Amino acid sequence: MTVLEATLNAVPHPILVPYITGGVDEHWLDYVHEAVDAGADAVEIGIPFSDPVIDGPVIQAASVRALERGTTPDTIFRDLDRYRGSVPLVVMTYYNLVHRYGHEAFAQRLANSGVTGVVLADLPVEEATEWTQAADAAGVVTVLIAAPSTPDDRLQHICDQSRGFVYAMGVMGVTGERATLADSASVIAKRAKAATGKPVLVGVGVSTPENAATLVTAADGVIIGAPVMRRIAAGGSVAALISEFRTALAPA
Amino acid sequence: MTTSAMAPPSGRGFFGGFGGRFVPEPLMPACLELEVAFRTAWADPGFRADLAALLRDYTGRPTPVTECHRLSENLGVRVLVKREDLNHTGSHKINNVLGQALLARCMGKRRLLAETGAGQHGVATATVAALLGLDCVVYMGEVDVERQRLNVFRMELLGATVVPVSSGSRTLKDSVNEALRHWVATVEDTHYCMGSVLGPHPYPWMVREFQRVIGDEARHQCAELGAAPTHVVACVGGGSNAAGIFAGFADTDAELVGVEAAGGAAVGGNLVGVVHGSKSMLLQDSYGQVLEAESVSAGLDYPGIGPEHAHLAEIGRATYPSVTDDEVLDAVRVVSQTEGLIPALESAHAFAYLLREVGRSIPRGSTVLVNLSGRGDKDMEQISDLLSQRKEAQ
Repeated sequence: MTVLEATLNAVPHPILVPYITGGVDEHWLDYVHEAVDAGADAVEIGIPFSDPVIDGPVIQAASVRALERGTTPDTIFRDLDRYRGSVPLVVMTYYNLVHRYGHEAFAQRLANSGVTGVVLADLPVEEATEWTQAADAAGVVTVLIAAPSTPDDRLQHICDQSRGFVYAMGVMGVTGERATLADSASVIAKRAKAATGKPVLVGVGVSTPENAATLVTAADGVIIGAPVMRRIAAGGSVAALISEFRTALAPA
Repeated sequence: MTTSAMAPPSGRGFFGGFGGRFVPEPLMPACLELEVAFRTAWADPGFRADLAALLRDYTGRPTPVTECHRLSENLGVRVLVKREDLNHTGSHKINNVLGQALLARCMGKRRLLAETGAGQHGVATATVAALLGLDCVVYMGEVDVERQRLNVFRMELLGATVVPVSSGSRTLKDSVNEALRHWVATVEDTHYCMGSVLGPHPYPWMVREFQRVIGDEARHQCAELGAAPTHVVACVGGGSNAAGIFAGFADTDAELVGVEAAGGAAVGGNLVGVVHGSKSMLLQDSYGQVLEAESVSAGLDYPGIGPEHAHLAEIGRATYPSVTDDEVLDAVRVVSQTEGLIPALESAHAFAYLLREVGRSIPRGSTVLVNLSGRGDKDMEQISDLLSQRKEAQ
């Protein structure tokens, strides 16, 4: 069992993982710390890419903001040297940045920055081997994504190959908030839980604390991205938002 | 030359080291389903016959090869032109759309989704959607909506919904991003009718196969004219018209030349990258952020190139030089006034290369087959503006 998986398994309540786009503004690492202090169990750090095809308007806008500030993987890694939290960090990005940086160098840089897992949004399991070998060698685990459209046999394969946890996409669509919680979110969570003993976290379309509370009856936890980035864009309190979700997901 | 220069890709969709399937997981099942559907259809004589009938009776194929006597005399090379401009809707794009739309119908999809740059692929998709009774939505960059207003109106008249894309560079690259985002949410009933030899497997291969009718016809037509082309020249954005005509000549001694726009020369940049579903040559910065292409031609305003072209470049079977916007404008005027053929700005890149390179990389006495991939009607307003700007600058 990987360290990330063991750490998440040891969490005594439903798992809450906020997503924050690295470099979105000069305070981005402060938001990470606020989230940790408000009860996040892990934090997902986005490294912005020019063509984020699975991201909706909120995270696209955050990516544009970050890139316009000159954010690169290296500036994010440098900033992460000042991370003072104890919960695991997982990086989410797109494969071209990894490919360009070089598999070994990118994996090593993640490890040196204290990142324990990575999600590559456009690297499906078929194409992942070359990267995962480099990542494994550096001690960084690769989390795979399961989608509502993923058929059973493929889902089993993804759950077997995923490390740390399984990222269950709650809706067929881009990242972002929805007016109502899609039925597909609980369905994919249950299907993934049936296929693996690894933690299953639902992301995409988890819009409110109520959504989160509903989902953790089926899943081990949730990942919240767009609500966090919308709060940051509006200049609001990340700590307050995470507290609301934490309260909704507190042990009974 | 080997016959395998344009063989089918590997099982995972690679041409040499390029291609593959790099898409978010929610789209993987659709790509796998499409591959099975295409393999089945392409091996089915009934599907082939349906497509051939539409290409003949609806599009007007075969398109002729025109011997360009005046241009030939002026240049000292034999110039043959494959007339894809004579297709219904004005370009080669409809060859691919008819194939994909028939396939979509086989798969039970009731909606076509497309991206478009110059608008030609959008118009072709809207046209075929109307013909087959399918819904159609087209994503088009705001910049392109502006420079191709007439095509926007054509698509809407045909019953399609045109969605302007305001993200990023607001051109072809971003309309592909938005089309992919839309597809994730609609994949159950929607087929993404990609317009070029780009995207995840099986698109680059499938689109080339649907466009190879250009090269197969031209091979036969050149033989009838007693001409064996020494050079086959086509413009390249993603590269579908080039892939189509190259496919007919990959096993000959002809030099295959794909002409890129100077502001979007992916092969010239010589960097491998992954975007929009495949690994290929890509304009990008030192961290892998994709750069914005800049070209006078909306259809070539794309920072990448089809993966098979990257492969053909790597093995040396084809070359991918570039021409400047100025050279392109000159070519539009020369070809219009010498042959009475007004090329689309995209297609004019192929002619610009010919005009520049005769006596240099194209020896006098050569036989050059140029793919006139589309007609210039859509570009009249823009060409008129550019020519008057140039006059003012002088």
